[in-house]
Amino acid sequence: MKHEFIEKNVGLLAIFIIIAISFGGLAQITPLIFQKETNEPVDTLRPYTALEMEGRDIYIREGCHVCHSQMIRPFRAETERYGHYSMAGEHVWEHPFLWGSKRTGPDLARVGGRYSDAWHEVHLLNPRDVVPQSNMPGFPWLATNLLTGEDTAAKLSIFKDHFSVPYTDDDIAGAKAAVEGKTEMQALIAYLQSLGHAFK
Amino acid sequence: MSIFWTIWISAITLTVIIGCAVLLRAANKNNTGVKEGDPMPHTFDGIQELNNPLPKWWVGLFWFTIVIALIYSFAFPSYTANWNGLLGWSSSEQSVKSKEESAEAAVTSHSQYQREMNEAEIKYGEVFKKLVYTDADTYKDIELIAQDPEAVKVGQRLFLQNCAQCHGSDARGGKGFPNLTDNDWLYGGEALTIKQTLMHGRNGVMVAWKDILGEDGVKEVATYVLQLSGRRVNDLDAQAGKERFVVCAACHGADGTGGQAFGAPNLTDKIWLYGGSRKAVEDTIRNGRNGVMPAWGEVLGEDKVHLISAFVYSLSNK
Repeated sequence: MKHEFIEKNVGLLAIFIIIAISFGGLAQITPLIFQKETNEPVDTLRPYTALEMEGRDIYIREGCHVCHSQMIRPFRAETERYGHYSMAGEHVWEHPFLWGSKRTGPDLARVGGRYSDAWHEVHLLNPRDVVPQSNMPGFPWLATNLLTGEDTAAKLSIFKDHFSVPYTDDDIAGAKAAVEGKTEMQALIAYLQSLGHAFK
Repeated sequence: MSIFWTIWISAITLTVIIGCAVLLRAANKNNTGVKEGDPMPHTFDGIQELNNPLPKWWVGLFWFTIVIALIYSFAFPSYTANWNGLLGWSSSEQSVKSKEESAEAAVTSHSQYQREMNEAEIKYGEVFKKLVYTDADTYKDIELIAQDPEAVKVGQRLFLQNCAQCHGSDARGGKGFPNLTDNDWLYGGEALTIKQTLMHGRNGVMVAWKDILGEDGVKEVATYVLQLSGRRVNDLDAQAGKERFVVCAACHGADGTGGQAFGAPNLTDKIWLYGGSRKAVEDTIRNGRNGVMPAWGEVLGEDKVHLISAFVYSLSNK
């Protein structure tokens, strides 16, 4: 095939470009999908409870991951502040993962247990009440929005059926009762307090 | 990683690198049938192209990157997870399954992360050790460290990084978060008690009394509690509250001076963790409180906790 022919057929050129640049992904990404480190959970990993799972969805809805990463890199400057660097095996049940790529606020991968529930509540209502220099917005509606638990069982089922997260039938049957009537604030705090539990 | 993936990665990588070399060689030959430097037979919008060769410096640079790519791919881990390349480089321990395994692996690890940690240990470890340990390798007394301005300064830095979010950068606390500078202690202000609090955390529970005392009872007890700290109140209500106070005395003591075994605050002073207004005191009695201090022993390690304890101790023991 003449070089000139490819140059004059933009569609064909695009197809060849896509083939050419896909080699990098094929060599770098596909083996990772099948690697032990990225598929096996670490020893003490447990699935999110029903309430934590709802909290995780609120975390996504409010866009927390836009300003907070959940990925501690293996540098001393990070591990001194946040704790042990993140392991792939801690995130095998995360769909989608919330590693994030921007740190307007601090990393939250191991924020669980570092502050009391009461602190989180004050901080989420108005961050400046406890951290005067904070530029994080307040989320006061979380305290008044109540969870109905309508979809909670379905969410757990999806994680069980499609992503092999080891939820029991009891977990799924009790999911609605576990979250019904709780505030979104309680759910989000439960989620935050669970972060990093497997490598404490 | 299985042999299949090693072959997969090697095949793709080497094909691409060698393919680049083949392509470069082909592009360097004159296949157009036009003499070098002469005009090509086509024009675009009246613009004519000359059949000029690829610039020598550019071709040289391309060959250079191909050679470097080959060297790099053998120097660093590229083709298989079982071989770290000629330089034996790795970023960190990625196959450990628990924090304990990670600590074990760290002893012999040569990962870039571990080397950074070891270098820091050599540089800062000795200095840090002098602040916290005696010559006999035991912890210095916290009271003694609190006299050392250098150590207190380091303790303060650690406090600002980890504790100021709740207790404030001046350690004077806020509503629900104790002031650490006023010499009023929920669990005790002895050096080792402070360290105990930091290491293992505290969980202060005041139950809700609204069902047991009733709304009238809550108001009466609140009145009595306010009287205890010297407020002028209705004597009759206070008297009624005093009679009901027996249930509170279990934790706060018969005289209301508190009990450090339970983290029960002294109610006779003018220091209020959740506010001293009538409304705030009534709220506390009605709905209860739960003041949690997280445990820091696991997060920071005992050495740093020891130093922070000295800083906190120094705040009320100048």
